[in-house]
Order: sequence, then C-alpha cells, then structure tokens
Amino acid sequence: MTYHRNQHDVAIANVSRRNLLKGVAGTGAFVLAAQFPAIRSAMAYATGADGMPHGVVTNPHVFVSIAKDGIVTIVAARAEMGNGAARTSLPMIVADELDADWTRVRVMQSPGDEETYGNQDTDGSRSVRHFIQPMRQVGAGARKMLEIAAAKQWGVDPKDVVARFHEIVHTPSGRKLGYGDVAEAAAALPVPAPDTLALKKPGDFRYIGKGDVTIVDLFDITTGKATYGQDVVLPGMLFAVIARSPVVGGKVASHDAGAAMKVPGVVKVVAIDPTPAPAAFAPLAGVAVIAKNTWAALKGRDALKITWDDGPNASFDSAAYKAHLEEAVRKPGKLERNEGDVDAALASAAKVVTAEYYSPHLAHATMEPLAATARMSGGKWEIWTSVQSPGGARDDIAKRLGVDQKSVILHNMLLGGGFGRKSKWDFAIEAVLLSKSMDGAPVKVVWTREDDIQHDFYHTVTAERLEAGVDKDNKVVAWRHRSAAPSFMANFKPDPKYPGEIELGMGFVDTPFNVPNVRLESGEAQSHVRVGWFRSVNNVAHAWAIQSFVAEVAHALGRDPKDMLLELIGPPRIVLAAEKATTPWWDYGEPHDVYPIDTARLRRVAELAAEKAGWGRQLPKGHGLGIAAHRSFVTYVATVVEVAVDDKGNISVPRVDTAIDCGFFVNPERIRSQIEGAAVMGLSLAKYGEITLKNGRVTQSNFNDFQVVRHDEAPVVTNTYIVENGIEVPASGVGEPGMPPFAPALCNAIFAATGKRIRRLPIGDQLA
Amino acid sequence: MVSIRVNGQARSFDGDTSMPLMWYLRDELGLTGTKFGCGVALCGACTVHLDGEAVRACAIAMSDVAGKSVVTIEGLDPKGEHPVQVAWRNVSVPQCGYCQAGQIMQAAALLAKTPAPTDKQIDEAMYGNICRCGCYQRIHVAVRNASKGA
Repeated sequence: MTYHRNQHDVAIANVSRRNLLKGVAGTGAFVLAAQFPAIRSAMAYATGADGMPHGVVTNPHVFVSIAKDGIVTIVAARAEMGNGAARTSLPMIVADELDADWTRVRVMQSPGDEETYGNQDTDGSRSVRHFIQPMRQVGAGARKMLEIAAAKQWGVDPKDVVARFHEIVHTPSGRKLGYGDVAEAAAALPVPAPDTLALKKPGDFRYIGKGDVTIVDLFDITTGKATYGQDVVLPGMLFAVIARSPVVGGKVASHDAGAAMKVPGVVKVVAIDPTPAPAAFAPLAGVAVIAKNTWAALKGRDALKITWDDGPNASFDSAAYKAHLEEAVRKPGKLERNEGDVDAALASAAKVVTAEYYSPHLAHATMEPLAATARMSGGKWEIWTSVQSPGGARDDIAKRLGVDQKSVILHNMLLGGGFGRKSKWDFAIEAVLLSKSMDGAPVKVVWTREDDIQHDFYHTVTAERLEAGVDKDNKVVAWRHRSAAPSFMANFKPDPKYPGEIELGMGFVDTPFNVPNVRLESGEAQSHVRVGWFRSVNNVAHAWAIQSFVAEVAHALGRDPKDMLLELIGPPRIVLAAEKATTPWWDYGEPHDVYPIDTARLRRVAELAAEKAGWGRQLPKGHGLGIAAHRSFVTYVATVVEVAVDDKGNISVPRVDTAIDCGFFVNPERIRSQIEGAAVMGLSLAKYGEITLKNGRVTQSNFNDFQVVRHDEAPVVTNTYIVENGIEVPASGVGEPGMPPFAPALCNAIFAATGKRIRRLPIGDQLA
Repeated sequence: MVSIRVNGQARSFDGDTSMPLMWYLRDELGLTGTKFGCGVALCGACTVHLDGEAVRACAIAMSDVAGKSVVTIEGLDPKGEHPVQVAWRNVSVPQCGYCQAGQIMQAAALLAKTPAPTDKQIDEAMYGNICRCGCYQRIHVAVRNASKGA
C-alpha cells in the first residue's frame, strides 16, 4: 500500500494553526505574534460582515508570515469551491497591499476556526464583498511593519522608506533590503494602528482589478495533484458507505447484516440513529458498512437487508404537491408587502395580464460527491472534508461530541463544487460517528452519486402567480405576485409554513418595479423533503417568473420586451419600497444605506447587455433573443440569450451576453468564469433540472435521469461585460448573481423564436 | 492475480477482481487524480488511458485490465507539460477543478488520434465529460489550442 504521497499532500494542504506556527518557525521564519484588535475605523464603509458569526479579523499576524528567504505565506481561511475567491482573490488582495511579488507568495489553507480567522461561512457570494477591506488592511499593516523595521536597521526616518515589490527602499540613498531580510525584526514591532495605515491608491494596484493572476491551484488541478475531500487517504484508513432512509423522517425498522458481513473486506455494520425534526444538518437514519476499501463497502451495502419505517412522509408525492402549491397561490396568502390598493387597481384596469409559473426541486450535483474522513487519537478529533463552512462545522461537531472546540481540528480540502450543498455538513458528522464506532480509527465516508442525488438538501420547489393591471394608456398600474415554496427554515424550526425573511429578500419583496399598486403575498407550504439553498437560492424561481412575466406583459401590450423591462424598472432612483415590507427586509445581510436598490445600476446592465448583444438585430429563422435583468447578492446582472430552436424542438444557445455591475471588482478574469459557468448551470436547470418524489422517495438517481448540460449543448459563447466602478463603490457578490437572469432570458428568447411560452420548468420536451 | 502496468510501473493485484479499476487506482494505489464522479460511466471524471484509449475507469473491472497498460493524469507527462495541460493553463479552464483530470485525459486521447479535430469532433469526443461548474467554453478553446489545427 502506498499512502505516502497522499499523506504528504494532506499535510501540506491543511496545516492547523498550531502546526503553522511551529512549521514556519522551524524554517527560520517569523510569525507576527501580538494581538491586534479588529478596529474597523480604517474601513471606508460598513458591510454585513459585522453581523456574521465571528465577523472579520484584520490582524496581519493571523494571515501573513514571511520566511528569511522572502517567501510570503498568506492564509486562506474560507472555502475554495471554484470561484477563486478564497485561495486566489483574497490572498491576492493581501499581497497587493503588501506589495509582494506574487511569484514569491504561497497560499496555505487554514483549518476551521472562526475565533482565529473570522467568519468562514463561504456562502451568499460574500467572500470579496466582506473581505476586500479587511484583507487590504492585513496587507497594509504587514507592509508598514516591514518599512519600520528597515528604517530602524538603517537608522533613518521611516517616512523615507517604502516597501516596493518585495524590497524595502530608502529613497534618498537608494539602499535596499529584501522582505525576508527584515522579517524577523518586523515581528518584534508593535502592530500599527489601523488609522495609521496608508492603503494603496487604486492606481497603484498591481493585481487587484487586473485579472492576470491565475488561480493558485491551476497547476495542481491540471496534473491531478489537487486534493479534495474524496481524495483524502490516511494510513490504516477504513472506507464506509451508508444506506440512508429513502424517505426524510424515516428510520430503520430492522436490518440484517449477515450477508454484508460475509463480503470480503467488510469490517463492521453500524446503524445510524434518526434525528427528530427539525434536524438541522444531522445525518439521516441509516445503516453504514465499513470496509477495507470503497468497493467492498459498496458490495456490503448491496447485501444489506433493511426494513424501513418510512415515517410521516411515506406517501409524499411531488406531483400532488405541485397542485397543492398552485392552489396556494390562487387565493390570498400571507401579506409580505403592500402599496396602494391592488384590488381596486386590478378591478379598474383596462387590461389584466395573468400567468402562473412552476419550478421544481433541484439537486446540487457537485462533481465531487460528498466525502469526509475522521479519526480520533490522543483525545483530539481530526476531520478532513470539503465544506463551505469549516468553522461552523467544527463547532457543531465539537458540540455533538460534547468536547471542547479546540480538541476538534477540521482540515478543509478543496471543494469539488459546492453550490450550497456543502454548506451542510451531515456527511462530516457521519464520518465522526463511524470513526467513533471504530474507537477513533480513521474512517472515510464516501457518498456515491446516487446518494448525492437522493439525499440532498434540495433547491426549493416554487409556484408563482403574477397579475398585472394595465390602464388605458398601457401603463402597468397594479402588480400582484403570490409565491409559495417550502422554506429551508424547516431545517431549523418546526413547520415554518411560510418563507423566512432571507428567502423573501431573494427577488421577491425587493422587486424594484415602478408600479403604484403592489401587493406581494406568500402561500402556505409545508416541507416534506430536506430543502436547502442552491446557488442564488429563491432568486432562481422569482427571477424566472418575474422576468418571464415582464415579457408576457410586453407581448400582451405589443411592446418590445427590453423597453417594457426598462419602463417597469422606471427612472433612476433608490427603491425604498422594500423597507416597507411586512416582514423586515433582509438585503443579503447588508446595511441598506451602503447597498441600496439603485435602479440606475439595474437599468445600466440591462441597457449594456442589450447593446452588446445587438438587441433587435436580424436573426436566422428559428432564432430568438430574450432579455432579463435581476439584482441579487447586491449585484446587478442582465443577460441576453440567443436561442436556436430546430423543427424538432431541440434548443441550442449560440450566444449569451451578460453585463454585471458588482461594484468595485477584484478579479475580472474569475468574474468572467463565474458568468460563463452560470450560463451553463442556468441552461441545465432550465432544460433538464427536476427532482421528483413518489412515496416519499426521490425518483432520480444519477446523471442519466438528473441530466445536466454537456459539452456539445453548452452555450457556444458567453460574453461578459463588467461595469467599471471606482473603489468607493462597495464590492458585491459574484458567485451567485449570474444565475437568476439566465433561465428567464432563455425562455423569453424561446418565445421570440417560437411563440411558445414556457411556464413550467424544466423545458424538457415542451417544445417537441 | 491481475498484472497491469500503471504509469509505466508493473503492478499486481490479488484482491476482488470485480473491483473497478477506478477504486483500485484510488484506494489501493492512492492515485487520486483519477476522480470518482458517478460510478457508472456517465460523467467522465475517472477517465484514464487503457492501452492508449480513453476509458471510464469506474466501469472497467480489474479482471478486464489484466496485461494492459494504464496511464492516469499523474502519468500523462512527467512534468505536467503535456500540450493539453499547457493549453488548459493558458486559458485558465478550471473552476473547482474536480472534473478537469478526466477532461484532460479525454482531450489528450482525442488529439493523439485526431491531431486537428473539427469543432464537431471536439463536441463528440468531450460529450461524456461533465463539468458542473460549466467550463465548457474554455475546455473547447483549450482543446482547439492544443490541436494541430489551432
């Protein structure tokens, strides 16, 4: 058995804080060690970061170390799942303010530990949005310390000393020292107060905003060395797979492990207990098979005989539930926002346009199925996994084990996709439970693709009903929107019945349209499956319905869809209506004055996407253009899709043009990759995405019946146009906001091409 | 007992010969560059070369690889500078990166046989390799850039 290569990789990729100190000290480097309170006065604007658990840390000691040879090591504390923010963009911000030579920078992944590193919950498109300012402060602090250390060594005025591209220069004399030369002396200095830091002028940035730094893992990814949770190998490790209750809320009535134990290589069969609802991220009930390799574990699982007690969701049927949700939006619901008098305005309207939309549950289907490895030795638990919230997972696991947080070390590996699924760490808890059953021996829990598709925390299912009243001058004067979707809050509290403020804030109560009479209502919806959050969350359904409906209203009035959209967005203004929402308006956790709803910015992206796409241009037969614009994660995105529909109803997408205004941007190259990816994921969900249930069981199981877009059907070209902003415009989200406009732009394009309106996703064979 | 060559090295396996090659590479040899994605040859993440052909290692049993030669991503080029790997880096293809080893092995096998593929040939060859992050546009460009027709 040759485990050594992997052991080595694991050790390098995931060094605990303690090891970091020891390891770096051992090579003759320094680690800044004093405490540095997080004073935010050096920050130009407030963000929602302060409202996140453990907030932000601006201490250079925590994030930067410099070896005598000048190698700068920057700690990445957030999860890297493919958008490049955690391991490239944030360290690059530090390196820029430090004025380090990027080729001499190494990035080291931190363990899960929010008390040390600040919030690590990599979710909600928050990484750059919340950390651009703290990371600049970290880099500028470390730079100033190097300058003071060099000035002392030379006996000169620090004002004449400047750190520049990995050297410290005494400008009057031209004398120079390398960063490594003064690193040790700098370590002994007090840390400069935040208000004494000189942040770079944006014109002096070397890396920020340029887009010419490639992701730090690029070489390792292309050579197979990049290590994900599935790839962790420990000496003497055992492998486990679990047969989980096929119905949420079910449990094992009885099981017979006899045949499974006879499979060569199988070591143990362990039952996993159910957790009563609300179960948060607790594992599903089931039976685990622990073996000497994954294959033996899989064969052992096939040999298990299990009788399930399916519990209260045994008869759940998603087709019946669809009808239930549709009924819920055909009658008055819970009021969420009200302006004017919609009933009166609809009654007196010259024309009323009505449409209903339905979008189903989706699975995340990250390319890396879930996996976690756990072991216990010497009273310490160690977990190797790929989670979006390593700190939250560590703390929760410590609590479940009834041990101190510090005795649980969570090494976070690269995530082979996340999309919200890996915000839930049920699989890491499973690994701990199974290792515990083996007296702390290392056990890796492997989820198969079938496990992943059938035991997800699914994107919610949504029914929407929209009505627009139009006056005799063809102005939209009334807007009634009802939405019903089971809430992910059911994971955390019993039977919430209605969406929480987070869900309502995602494209519903923040509808920015310039209509005098608006009424928004939620229909009642109970949860029978585990609902989670999927990239851009409720925005997917709301933007699809609203932006499709805009084009439907345009059609009913004989208007151009782009002109109709701009008219509904209305004149440039700050929209205050959402602040009057019945449930307090949640704006992605951000202060409303820093990130207001600015219709000028929404208009600008719509106009930019339309202009770049050549809106109105002549198209070949069977082609159509569609547009949609949506603000989410405090970022503004508009997309124009060109679709081609052949005579058999097959769709292809020759071109996508997307404009994004995400405030001041850090890494435009990765913004482009996110927009390109969002087009593919948007096309996947529009064309194929659907999870259905019968008898409480998920019908789909693998990529044959939960299809995603493949190479030959992907958009041929996605062009991305990034709105330029100064650094005074707060950076906003990128990972998610590319998603919501795609499906409605596509469906609007299909209507333009064929006259067929899609009101139910996925499109499937509706065009055949 | 199954004897095979993996990345040029002679290996023998005396375990359960129904074990898929993928689990042998990952669990027994620790060659984790070959990724587990679906287990049933639907996603291509586990693509390796078997006697020069791109195959899905998850769907080939050890009993079927006796006497054959396997190349994994770790063995594609000693320095990681196969033209496909270089092309991949030049256009910054990966996002999460999990599927990329399989994509690269598929593309390398295509170009070994068809040095100047058409767009349609690239589509057909890469059809079986899923990328959930949606890097297809760049994958296509990278394959074209690595080809003789570029």
